[in-house]
Amino acid sequence: MSSDISNSGHNPEGGPAKPKAPPQNKPKFWNDPKKRSLLFQVLLLSALGFVFYSIIDNTLTNLEQRGITTGFDFLTEEAGFGIAMSLIDYTEASSYGMTFIVGLMNTILIALMGIFAATILGFLLGVARLSDNWLISKASTIYIETFRNIPLLLQIFFWYYAVLRTLPHPRQSMEFFGTFLNNRGFIVPAPVAEDGFGVVVFGFFAALIGSWLISRWSKKRQELTGQQFPVFWASLGLIVGIPLVLFMLSGMPLGLDHPELKGFNFKGGITVIPELIALWFALSIYTAAFIAETVRAGILAVSHGQTEAATALGMSKAKTLRLIVIPQALRVVIPPLTSQYLNLTKNSSLATAIGYPDLVNVFAGTTLNQTGQAIEVIAMTMAVYLTLSLLTSTFMNWYNSRIQLTER
Amino acid sequence: MSHSQASDKLMVELRDLNKWYGEFHVLKNINLEVKQGEKIVICGPSGSGKSTMIRCINHLEEHQKGDIVVSGIPLNEDIKNIEAIRKEVGMVFQHFNLFPHLTVLENCVLAPIWVKKMPRKEAEAQAMELLERVKIPDQALKYPGQLSGGQQQRVAIARSLCMNPDVMLFDEPTSALDPEMIKEVLDVMIELATEGMTMLCVTHEMGFAKTVADRVIFMDGGQIVEENEPHEFFNNPQHERTQLFLSQILQH
Repeated sequence: MSSDISNSGHNPEGGPAKPKAPPQNKPKFWNDPKKRSLLFQVLLLSALGFVFYSIIDNTLTNLEQRGITTGFDFLTEEAGFGIAMSLIDYTEASSYGMTFIVGLMNTILIALMGIFAATILGFLLGVARLSDNWLISKASTIYIETFRNIPLLLQIFFWYYAVLRTLPHPRQSMEFFGTFLNNRGFIVPAPVAEDGFGVVVFGFFAALIGSWLISRWSKKRQELTGQQFPVFWASLGLIVGIPLVLFMLSGMPLGLDHPELKGFNFKGGITVIPELIALWFALSIYTAAFIAETVRAGILAVSHGQTEAATALGMSKAKTLRLIVIPQALRVVIPPLTSQYLNLTKNSSLATAIGYPDLVNVFAGTTLNQTGQAIEVIAMTMAVYLTLSLLTSTFMNWYNSRIQLTER
Repeated sequence: MSHSQASDKLMVELRDLNKWYGEFHVLKNINLEVKQGEKIVICGPSGSGKSTMIRCINHLEEHQKGDIVVSGIPLNEDIKNIEAIRKEVGMVFQHFNLFPHLTVLENCVLAPIWVKKMPRKEAEAQAMELLERVKIPDQALKYPGQLSGGQQQRVAIARSLCMNPDVMLFDEPTSALDPEMIKEVLDVMIELATEGMTMLCVTHEMGFAKTVADRVIFMDGGQIVEENEPHEFFNNPQHERTQLFLSQILQH
């Protein structure tokens, strides 16, 4: 600019000293949007490449200096430590690989139990909060606002330390109908099948098939005659009734391994450890509060006109909810519900705080400490949560696409 | 204009009907008798209580004082009575309120199947017949979102008729429609009227009122201000408020 000004003094015309480049000329390459975006992508990519290279190089050098061997050979070595709860046979002589499997199964168990309970509780609470009944709606509101706003870790501690750990010792166990509740957990008799129990199992499956047939028959009959049939109650009767009758007829072929107090603890029966109960309660109750809000939002998203139209057609409240409101609410509810399932699964890793033997506690905890294979162990653990999450969201996305509305 | 379809049987009776929204007095001492086969058009400025009044008839709105009797059934606290009345009364809404997750045919058979416990075959046959009457049988398997506003409103009329009602309530059925679609809906309503249906229509379609109404009711401030047969109502309005209203809507 300064040169232009100094030049202008010598230029009587007052115009530019040299004619500027005509506009139809090619723009500078950094002003061309396509080239510009390519340039930035190349820059970002090389920056990322450098970061990863230095991380890996750094790690390898450090591992070498400390004499740590990398690789997954440690998985076959003997673990040498016990795990409080295992769904498969596991002893101290099992391998580190087995600790991974046991931890993984415990994680999946708590995630499934939590999702199951939180979904049911959440739907009930969500509908309840919208109830016309003042008491029901206020009770639900208080529940949601309380449990949603207290940190999950604190809730886990509450159930574990304040509720379950303060239960009496095994010798002073609370007893209900042959089950025992004490600070070591909830101990129930283990069923032991005797000769002839197969008949009962067979009866159960026959009843399942029977109720499926009944629901088909009733649907068909309704289409033909309009008669409605209480399918739910009939199926319930069949599924409970048939096995029960067969059980009685075959002379009750089911033994029970009753837990007995021997010394300071119980022998026999099945023990549900307090860590599992505390974690299950906390995760379900906490997540249910969020699911309830999701469900409420979904129901409110269905316009009031839908309810009015159904009401004007003479449909009862229950049928309106079932046939009109819920199917439409679901399409709004499913995506955030998926997030809640993912949250619950990932939050289950807080198990480590109270010592429930989930994947993080067992594998990324004890196994990592004993082997020192931090990179492999953490990578495997992360891969597990990533896989579980991706599987869950794939399933939920598939379900969501099935129930979407046809717009045009 | 032949308005001789009305018999002496009373289908809808409103006696000293009063309703409040909190402090706000929406309906003030409404008295109205509608005989079988009669067509009533209700008009008035917005907020005058027209919609609220007809929504009280099938108890979409609760009234606080006065009596409502529909088809001989008193509307009271008894849930059985309310359900019985709703079976006799069909309603068409301004925004159609079709069920978007169900096909047109499913929309029509849902209530007959679940409320009247009608066999599906029978319900579907009846629905197709009614869809033919509103001239859209070829759209039966489409979803509401795939139809135009006028078509949706005609489906909504067919859906109500599937319950075989004695009385039809129309709550501004053409207000949400594009001008070119208003006629197709009005044609269906006129046809319904000539077949002798008892109808209460909240609408500002004055042409419709002149053609089919036995009586036109003008409401303002929650009261029935004027009530007359169409010819007198339009040519010789008695009340000052009615004259003002008519001069405003008939200007164009």
